[in-house]
Amino acid sequence: MNSPNDIHPLTKKDFESDQDVRWCPGCGDYSVLAQVQKILPTLGIARENFAFISGIGCSSRFPYYMETYGMHSIHGRAPAIATGLKLSRPELSVWVVTGDGDALAIGGNHFIHAMRRNIGLKIILLNNRIYGLTKGQYSPTSEMGKRTKSTPMGSIDRPFSPVALALGAGATFVARSVDSDVKHVASMLERAAAHKGTAFVEILQNCVVFNDDAYGALSNKATRADAGVFLEHGKPLVFGKDRNKGIKLSGWSPELVTLGENAVSEADLVVHDEKAANGGLAFFLSQLENPQFPVPLGVFRDLEEPAYEELNKAMAEGARATKGPGDLGRLLNGGETWTIK
Amino acid sequence: MNAVLQPKPNYIVCDGNEAAAWAVSLAQVDMVAVYPITPQSSLVEYLAKFIADGRLGAEIVDVEGEHSVLSVLQGATLAGARTYTASCGPGLAFMFEPYMRTPGMRLPMVMTIVTRDTLTPQSVWGGHQDAMSVREVGWIQIYCENLQEILDTTIMAYRIAEHHDVMLPVNVCHDGNYLSFATGRVELPDAAEVAAFLGQRDVNWHVALDPDRPMAVDPLTGGAGGPGPALFVRYRKGQCQGMQNSLAVIEEVHADWARRFGRHHAPLVEAYRMDDAELALVTLGSMTGAAKDAVDEARARGQKVGLAKVKTYRPFPAKKLAEILAPVKAVAVVDRSVSFGWNCGPLYQDTLAALQASNIPAMSCIGGLAGADITITHFARVIEACAELAEKRSPVDTLWLNEHD
Ligand SMILES: Cc1ncc(C[n+]2csc(CCOP(=O)(O)OP(=O)(O)O)c2C)c(N)n1
Ligand code: SF4
Ligand SMILES: [Mg+2]
Repeated sequence: MNSPNDIHPLTKKDFESDQDVRWCPGCGDYSVLAQVQKILPTLGIARENFAFISGIGCSSRFPYYMETYGMHSIHGRAPAIATGLKLSRPELSVWVVTGDGDALAIGGNHFIHAMRRNIGLKIILLNNRIYGLTKGQYSPTSEMGKRTKSTPMGSIDRPFSPVALALGAGATFVARSVDSDVKHVASMLERAAAHKGTAFVEILQNCVVFNDDAYGALSNKATRADAGVFLEHGKPLVFGKDRNKGIKLSGWSPELVTLGENAVSEADLVVHDEKAANGGLAFFLSQLENPQFPVPLGVFRDLEEPAYEELNKAMAEGARATKGPGDLGRLLNGGETWTIK
Repeated sequence: MNAVLQPKPNYIVCDGNEAAAWAVSLAQVDMVAVYPITPQSSLVEYLAKFIADGRLGAEIVDVEGEHSVLSVLQGATLAGARTYTASCGPGLAFMFEPYMRTPGMRLPMVMTIVTRDTLTPQSVWGGHQDAMSVREVGWIQIYCENLQEILDTTIMAYRIAEHHDVMLPVNVCHDGNYLSFATGRVELPDAAEVAAFLGQRDVNWHVALDPDRPMAVDPLTGGAGGPGPALFVRYRKGQCQGMQNSLAVIEEVHADWARRFGRHHAPLVEAYRMDDAELALVTLGSMTGAAKDAVDEARARGQKVGLAKVKTYRPFPAKKLAEILAPVKAVAVVDRSVSFGWNCGPLYQDTLAALQASNIPAMSCIGGLAGADITITHFARVIEACAELAEKRSPVDTLWLNEHD
């Protein structure tokens, strides 16, 4: 059967809803929305087969603006709702849009289980390291010492890294991008869309109102080449304005080196392998942070594993194959009865 | 009786959330646990600031969600700490599991509900549906009408909760938006006077951990055939008794407050212009201000209308309300929430139960949902409907306000 796409090729416009976008002017969420709307028409999926599920937060207003099925759900619960949707309709392309508070504070439990289960959800976490919607309290990704309305003396909570958490929970696809680099955002979303199982993309997102410039170094033209390192499969970790800096493994720790100095060459650097069966390298990369190290951007890990919805289907089919189709009459009149004495 | 001490008045200008924060600070709580939610967020931000300013020497912990908030406070209260939190709407819903356990453990916590309408559709605006949805869980629930009442009641709540005849958690409810963000003048009581009012710190409540009396809290009771159900019944009965005891304690505490601070708030139900009233409105929370204005206007027109404001909602002051309403010909109850199974408001049902021995007809009015304003004009309409009910005495349908205005 012809999908509607064959008749009318979809465009970005087809994914823009008629709702006024109500993020603050300059919010990083705009660029992510635009990139999502840009890549969806290229995926060859009919529009009615997309669903966007969010929790609560500024980031979670996302489904309002998408001309697709969507649900603005409960704070932190989007992965659970999306799991139910995906399992009952595996042919749908189900996306979750969440924030650092939504996914990692109140929704931490669902988040880790979505990661380990490897169910076909595309999860975009817009990490602005603050609770935006409730007007600027610190979040589980806020740095220690951060002063916010809820931490007038500075936060004493140790933050966690969404990428490290996803990897630790066994995610098969983990990537990171930054809102200001729209091409990179688009390429990470395309990679996520192509992945089988849970695909997690953290997008470093600027909240201009409550945590402006949290990623200034990564977004500023003058500094970004030194503040970030792009991960490319099979390539050494080289970065810097003059592409002369690199990351070397020194024991179990990272070491920042300059190519050409102390006889260091590209051959000494860590070579990225997103397919590595052992998660050590990906986790090692997840520990690199500004200002001591450049922030890795790109795909940390991409493994081919069976998706939960496939296994689930196979389980039901397997039962039917060995035991035959269900027969209620036979079950009711069957042999598994006992006499109550 | 005259006030024992007349402290020099110290006025501040603040909103309802700040008034609650001042009360918590004056009550010198030991531990605050929070998760932000609209319209509660600024309340706990004030507390964080008071702690940072050195005004309140409490521990504050920002946890990962409301379920943890109440769980953390259970741990702290078991250790004898005086605790506080605030939440509303979806936050209260997420808190439900530990919320349900708190009264049975007889933990004297105080928690503000900055009332908010519940989902769905999504709404961040005021309404009583959140607090009403948990009205049968065993927390004492007290509603405030104005900013001063928030401050005074929040302090009083600790004395009520910690009273040995009560030992139950207390919700002090103030309306989201209308009270949380309304600004006005509030008198701050003197800190030493508040300390004297609250009296000697006493942590010897039912399950507070005590090295001389080691125990594991909340074991599983066995089923039928063993001693389990009987134990359970005794617990339940004790809990109900504590609830009933609180009625007298709430009156006593309000009377002592009035004596010490010169401000009297009706503890259970306030009667307003009820002396020769033939019609009565029954209200809850901040709507009462507009309702009193409507009563005044109706009185000016020659209509004999009065009002009963329910302040203590759980336990329900049925006797007090029945007494106040006894002389009238008809009653109109205004709820800011609904009881789905009955197609009317919950306060209306409580009022019906209180009136069961009389043959006074009553009607249910529902307004102020999702932040809608119940204006003097709305109340005038309610008074008209009530007058009609007094005349016809036949049952009337629920009156929905704000459906088109
Ligand atoms: C159960 C519950 N608790 C609290 C809230 C209030 N709340 C709404 S959004 C939010 C934090 C959102 O932060 P984040 O996920 O980082 O999203 P952002 O607004 O920064 O995009 C909170 C605490 C809620 N809606 N539901
Ligand atoms: S508050 Fe921050 S995250 Fe929310 S819309 Fe505004 S800029 Fe964006
Ligand atoms: Mg955020």
